[in-house]
Amino acid sequence: MHTFKHGVHPDEKKELAKDKPIKVVKAGKILVFPMQQHIGAKAKPCVKVGDNVLVGQIIGEADGPISANVLSSVSGKVTAIEDRLVVGGQKVESIIIENDEKYDAIKGFGVERDFNTLSNEEIIKIVKDAGIVGLGGASFPTHVKLTPKDPNKIEYVLVNGAECEPYLTSDYRLMIEETETLIKGLQCILKIFPRAKGVICVEDNKKDAFDKITKACSSIPNIETALMKTKYPQGGERQLIYAITGRKINVSILPADAGCVVDNVDTVVSIGNAVCKSTPLLRRIMTLSGDAYNETANLNVRFGISYKEVIEAVGGFKSNPEKMVSGGPMMGLPIFDLDMPVSRNSSALLAFTKDPLSNLKETNCINCGRCVSACPINLLPTRMYKAAKDGNFDEYIRLNGPECITCGSCSFVCPAKKPLTPYFSYMKFAVRGYLNSKKEAKK
Amino acid sequence: MDFKLNVQSSPHVRDKISTSSIMLDVIIAMLPATIWGILRFGVYSALVVLVAIVSAVISETVFNLVIKKPNTVSDLSCVVTGLILGLNMPPEIPLFVPAVGSFFAIVIVKMLFGGLGQNFMNPALAGRCFCLISFAGYMNNFTSKMSVDVYSSATPLILLKNGHEVRLFDLLFGYIPGTIGEISAVCLLIGAAYLAVKKIIDLRIPLLYILSFVIFIMIFGQGKTTNVNYILGEVLGGGLIFGAFFMATDYATSPITPLGKILYGILLGVLTGIFRLFGKSGESVSYVILISNLLVPLIESFTIPTAFGREGK
Repeated sequence: MHTFKHGVHPDEKKELAKDKPIKVVKAGKILVFPMQQHIGAKAKPCVKVGDNVLVGQIIGEADGPISANVLSSVSGKVTAIEDRLVVGGQKVESIIIENDEKYDAIKGFGVERDFNTLSNEEIIKIVKDAGIVGLGGASFPTHVKLTPKDPNKIEYVLVNGAECEPYLTSDYRLMIEETETLIKGLQCILKIFPRAKGVICVEDNKKDAFDKITKACSSIPNIETALMKTKYPQGGERQLIYAITGRKINVSILPADAGCVVDNVDTVVSIGNAVCKSTPLLRRIMTLSGDAYNETANLNVRFGISYKEVIEAVGGFKSNPEKMVSGGPMMGLPIFDLDMPVSRNSSALLAFTKDPLSNLKETNCINCGRCVSACPINLLPTRMYKAAKDGNFDEYIRLNGPECITCGSCSFVCPAKKPLTPYFSYMKFAVRGYLNSKKEAKK
Repeated sequence: MDFKLNVQSSPHVRDKISTSSIMLDVIIAMLPATIWGILRFGVYSALVVLVAIVSAVISETVFNLVIKKPNTVSDLSCVVTGLILGLNMPPEIPLFVPAVGSFFAIVIVKMLFGGLGQNFMNPALAGRCFCLISFAGYMNNFTSKMSVDVYSSATPLILLKNGHEVRLFDLLFGYIPGTIGEISAVCLLIGAAYLAVKKIIDLRIPLLYILSFVIFIMIFGQGKTTNVNYILGEVLGGGLIFGAFFMATDYATSPITPLGKILYGILLGVLTGIFRLFGKSGESVSYVILISNLLVPLIESFTIPTAFGREGK
């Protein structure tokens, strides 16, 4: 079975929401569309206050080579363009739309298309116009991934169905419920990369999804499936590429340089929807899980709906949560306010009555080396932590610190309960600044 | 929103393991050897172990009080230190020796350098060597009034050094003179297996230690290369098993790098071989581990692992 070295085994907790079919959440009156829901340059609003907009209309245009369009998920009127709070704590320029609940869509919305009749350029344009970004968490604009320097050098298109974060089940539900669209979407991508083989990669805790997909694609010659050992962070790009192809990339090598394109399950389904059903990316499949909810769920939520409305849709809280996380528990962001819109990286909303971190007792590092055995990148987290705390950038770089993928495995296993990962997230940016200032000093 | 939410950086879940649970596992792992030692040597030896532990706990508590830091006794590491030191004492030692040894181990070796994880040598071993030097007469007296069935007051290593044979059964089950905890290889190995199963210790260090030691004495053991009794006697008869599994694996004083662990294990084996074959005293494990402790930062500095995807660069 395919796997990678090191990594950790957090409690999966997927049984909480695994068997809940995806349910559509009704949109409320007011929807909020931040212009930054992706990595890269912010989108530029292309509507004005008072404009009427349609379902699927581009309201924010991609601004620059790495950027993504933002689309309205409802029809209605633009009531304001102002800064709104988003997950992560920043305030981002957002378009506020009042829903007229008519759901009038743009021309051609929902029309069936055969991807074989489209040129590669047309497919890429459709993906770009549909506002599709990586839905696995990083939100990298997908049309950029689909336009590498040389499409003929791509040998693998890997569909990431690892879903290695605990609690999350949205990708699993999609693989079960949207198998056909997933395969269609992959065929669209494979059309762009004629020499590539499509591999749908699933962890072995989702064997039924794996079997269903394997059966569905058995007659398609350039698509196969791969079963991977359940281990965190198998869904990390470097771990996935290594597990399937044996190739290793690092922080300065793009997957495309190793002949790979990696896309998350939901991203590929979204490509299938956009290309074959003329339905741009207007929704997020979200898992609501954790012991604070009355009911756990997998939801189909239009972008722009507030977290509060989403929680009300599943019947609210059983008891007040002490901790909420947007995304998975290993890499997700903590939530401190529910008046935030669902956006492209809202893969889950977890709510816990007891914060697992509230009673942690930090002790000295005992040098046990558990972080070293857990690190999928072969780093020495405890030494990096010391260098980071000391502000010793040169030592941090000598320890290969910039290679860290901030997966959280080291913090997870640390018996001394050291806050390792937060320091490494910080150092990611701090090291860049340090190297830049060093370069300038040389000039 | 009528409630407040905690905000911390990810990850938001943690493994159950904690520093104190690790230390508790180490204590559990040493229980077979402790109990067997006490059964063999009598109630007084229990007192020796107890005094070592109590002295360690009190030393750490008082030290924290004096420097006005929160007490760190609850992480149980001082209990482990006291227990290891107690097990390294001859069974009929005057009680002040383990008391002083634990004080030295905790205050001088551990706390003065920053406490848990900051010590550059194994506190229990440093405490033992301090006692060996300061109270040589007491520390080397293994004659026992109580255990009359011990066939000789000479330790197995001394017998081997003088060219005698040893009874391997006695070495395995502890019918030999020695310190309270080191005598039964079987009890120690049960504890080591427990630690290995619970993934508390990395077996690379102890196994390479023993393996490289065996190879060394096979090469340089002057005509005893194939003498199974001699080789097994050397492995089981002294502090090697105890040292390899319980002291060389001490987290704070062994390398954290995978390659470093391998080099460290080999270094220990070779040094032990040199000391035992060419040194004057039969026993050498304690000194070897202490010396190797000092080389750990050096070993680590040139064994930083290559990051994933950076191979061949």
